[in-house]
Amino acid sequence: MKDIKLRIRSVESTMQITKAMQLVATSKLRRAKERMESSKPFGRIAQEAIAAAVARCEDANIPFLTVRPVQRRCYVVIAGERGLAGGYNSNVFKALDAHAGDMDYCVLPVGRKAIDKYQHLGKELLDDTLARVEGASVSSCYRMATLLTEGYHAGRFDEVWLVYTDFRTMMDQQVQVEQLLPIVRAELPQDATPVATVYELEPADTLRKVVPDYLAGKLYSALCDSFASEVSMRRNAMDSATKNADAMISDLRLRYNRARQGAITQEITEIVAGAEE
Amino acid sequence: MNMTTFHLKIVTPDRLVYDGQAERLVIRTVGGDVCILARHIDYAAPLDIGQAHIVDEEGKTRQAACSGGMLTVYGGEAVVMATTFEWADEIDRERAQQAQQAAEEKLKNLKRDDREFMVASAKLKRAIARIGASE
Repeated sequence: MKDIKLRIRSVESTMQITKAMQLVATSKLRRAKERMESSKPFGRIAQEAIAAAVARCEDANIPFLTVRPVQRRCYVVIAGERGLAGGYNSNVFKALDAHAGDMDYCVLPVGRKAIDKYQHLGKELLDDTLARVEGASVSSCYRMATLLTEGYHAGRFDEVWLVYTDFRTMMDQQVQVEQLLPIVRAELPQDATPVATVYELEPADTLRKVVPDYLAGKLYSALCDSFASEVSMRRNAMDSATKNADAMISDLRLRYNRARQGAITQEITEIVAGAEE
Repeated sequence: MNMTTFHLKIVTPDRLVYDGQAERLVIRTVGGDVCILARHIDYAAPLDIGQAHIVDEEGKTRQAACSGGMLTVYGGEAVVMATTFEWADEIDRERAQQAQQAAEEKLKNLKRDDREFMVASAKLKRAIARIGASE
C-alpha cells in the first residue's frame, strides 16, 4: 500500500512537469508559427528569382552552379537545444544517416543536440558556436552562409545539404533533406523565349554576390520552420505524456483504494473473529 | 494622369515587405541608383546599401533604407530580395545616429585593409542610409 502511494506521488510530480512543459510549448508555438509564416515568402520568391537568373545563364563555369565530382559533403543540421520533443532530434539524425550513406561528410550543426551528436561521432564541425535555434537572428544566418560559401569555394566540400524539419501542420512535421550548393539548375518552361537580360555586373559576379544572401535567407527560413516543428512536437509529446500520467494515476488510485478496502475488511474480519471466541 | 504600373515584390528573410502594383522603384545597386518603371527590360543586379523609394499605384512616395541582396526584373515583374528593407516610419533615427557616431569613431582607429574596416564602413553606410531615409 505504501509503495502505491509513493508511486502515485511520483507520477503526479512527473505530470506536473510535463504539464508545465506543455503549457510553455503552447505559448511558444504561437510566436514560432508567426515567425515561420513571415519567413516563408522569402524562400519562395528568392528561389524563383535565383532560378530565373540561373536558367538564363549560359556560361557553365559560374560559381555555385558547377557540378563537381563529390568527395565530401557538408551537412547543415538543424536540431534542438533540448530533448523531450518526441522524435524531433533523432528523426533529423536518422534522415542524415540514411542520406549520407558511406559518404565522407562534415557538419555545420545548429542547436546543442546536433553539436553533441556529431562531436561524439568525431565528425568535423565547421563551427560550433552558432546561435541557438530559438530566436535565431538573420545575422547569424549570414555568418553561416559565409562559412558555407567560403568552404565550398575553397574546395573543402563539394556539396552542401540542409537537413531540417518542415512544419506542415500542428500534427505533421517532416524532415527534409535539401541541396543548397551547387544550385540545382531548374529547367525553364518550354515556351519561354530566351530574352536578353541586362546585367549590372557579369552574371558570374552577380551570382557570387547574391548567392550568400540567398543561402542566408534560406537558412533563416529553415530555422524558423524547424523551431516551430520542435515546439509543436514537444507540445504533442508532453500532451500525450500528461495524458498517460493521468491514466496511470487513476489506475494506481483504483489499486490503492482496493488495497485499502481489502485491509479494512481484513481488520474487521479479524476483530469479529476475536469477539466471537 | 495615371502612370502605367508594374508588379513589384519586396521581400527580406524575415518578412514580405511589399507585394503589389507600383509606378516606380528607385534603389541602389552596386552600379549606382537605378529606376525601374513599367515595361523595363529583363534585368538583374546585386544591391548595395543605400536609400530606396517606391511610388505606389496611388502616386504616393514611400522612402526606405535598403541593404544587400538582389534586384531582378523578369517579364515586367520586379523582385527585390534584400537583406534588410525598412520603411522610413520603421526607422529608429536616434539609434541610427548613435550607430553612425560609433562607426565613425571606430573607423578612425582602423587601417584600410583591416577586416574590421569593411564591417565598420558597412555599418556607417547603413546608418547614413537609415538617417537619410527617415528625413
